Amino acid sequence: MTGTFYVQSLDLACGALVLAAVLVLWRRDLRAIVRLFAAQGVALAALVAVLGVHAHDAGLVAVAAGVGVLRGLLLPLLLRRAMRAGGAGRETEPLVNVAASLVVAALLALLAYAVTRPVVALEPSPATHAAPVAVTVVLIGFFVLVTRRRALAQVVGFLLVDNGITALAFLTTSGVPLAVELGVSLDVLLAVLVLRVLTTRMHTAFGGTDLDDLRELRD
Amino acid sequence: MTPAGTVGAAAQVLLVGAGSPLLVGVMRQVRARMEGRAGAGVWQPWRDLRKLLRKEAIAPDGTGPLFRLAPLVLAGTALVVAAVVPIATTASPLDGSADLFAVTALLALGTVALALGGLDTATAFGGMGASREMVVLALVEPTILMSVFALSARVGSTDLGAIVTSTLHRPELVASPASLLAAVALAVVVIAETGRLPVDNPSTHLELTMIHEAMVLEYAGPDLALVEWASAMRLTVLLGLFANLFAPWGIAGASLVMLPVAVVVFTVKVALLGGALAAGEVFMAKLRMFRVPELLAGSFVLAVLAVAASFFLV
Repeated sequence: MTGTFYVQSLDLACGALVLAAVLVLWRRDLRAIVRLFAAQGVALAALVAVLGVHAHDAGLVAVAAGVGVLRGLLLPLLLRRAMRAGGAGRETEPLVNVAASLVVAALLALLAYAVTRPVVALEPSPATHAAPVAVTVVLIGFFVLVTRRRALAQVVGFLLVDNGITALAFLTTSGVPLAVELGVSLDVLLAVLVLRVLTTRMHTAFGGTDLDDLRELRD
Repeated sequence: MTPAGTVGAAAQVLLVGAGSPLLVGVMRQVRARMEGRAGAGVWQPWRDLRKLLRKEAIAPDGTGPLFRLAPLVLAGTALVVAAVVPIATTASPLDGSADLFAVTALLALGTVALALGGLDTATAFGGMGASREMVVLALVEPTILMSVFALSARVGSTDLGAIVTSTLHRPELVASPASLLAAVALAVVVIAETGRLPVDNPSTHLELTMIHEAMVLEYAGPDLALVEWASAMRLTVLLGLFANLFAPWGIAGASLVMLPVAVVVFTVKVALLGGALAAGEVFMAKLRMFRVPELLAGSFVLAVLAVAASFFLV
């Protein structure tokens, strides 16, 4: 895979990555948010696969397949199960309303572009040029984490941050060792499993997963 | 200024002027068929216009010249935009003096004139419709500018003809993220600007939801005909601009021979887009008024991301 086609497919995968992150901010329906997260996982896998095919690195393509299975199938499946156990299907009232948070997303994109300019300048290539996109996804993930009230939406925010970090790692280093990627992926999987159990417990104990209700200690 | 460009611009104005009511007819017909009705046929908008034009011109008591001027300004701006925008030819003689900003300003001028006409009647509905239209306009204008700006950044010119020509020369750019994001943003904005579902429902007079219809409620006879005709022209021009920015194939450059082909191709493109829009509307409900800014903010973000992508994904 050479030349324009490589750049085009790389850019398309990056575009899908950031589009999914923005749409997560846009939608209120938790099921739609999980679907978008799954789509982002697939886009991330495609991104890694494109990099792998371009570098003729079979290991990287294998990692891409692993990323796709974990982030496109397994994690959304777990989230869906947590949702079935956890009741309410909508993000009722985010701390920042949707229109404002979309505008914030635009600002975050510009911020990401500003802060990654030195990184891109180090070694300009199509892959490093896409680094601002990955940083945008990280920042949008943080924003979701901070402003959403439902536990599940916050988990998705956390996973967005992780997706962004993974994308950034692949874009800037052209290949993370398999062991490292495996370790990170297992960590994420474990975190989601723990959060899922936590969400279910919260639901049975308090009847809701609105984290703002959990500020006070009680016995 | 080439003779082909002049003929092309004249052809564009004729095509849009005569074809836009037909486009509305096609869209209504598609919708009627999909809802299981027979429909009134594609010529019905033209028949309506003829009927309205034969009526006596009536202005409500207490309205000033603004009320009478608004339809004329709306129709005039729509015709000028039809001559400028690359619909059938990229070599329009007005192209040099009217770029993206001028086109957006002309569209806004028409909208503002109509909103002022709505306010002039001093009825509750006119004021309500005008204020809602201004809300939508304030959110739509920056998005139109931004999304076309994303396309113009790589050309280095805000001239619409130049943008279309460069897309013709480098078709692979259509699949770039900047172009795709801009396409989605522009699609949402075109729907909002022309008052289609889910932003406004063109076929209802339900007071709680209407935007465009509320402003023109007091118009009758030839004035109403002019407003309806101008709205149809704006719809056609915006759909045509959308089609030619993202799929410019078939448009004529400076050659006279290509012009008939370009006219036919444009008609097909706009009919397909309009049909798709009408078919999509069947499955859609109108958004609550308070959710509309959310939708438009979303499209604005997509446009900003498109501009950003056109700069950093190079």
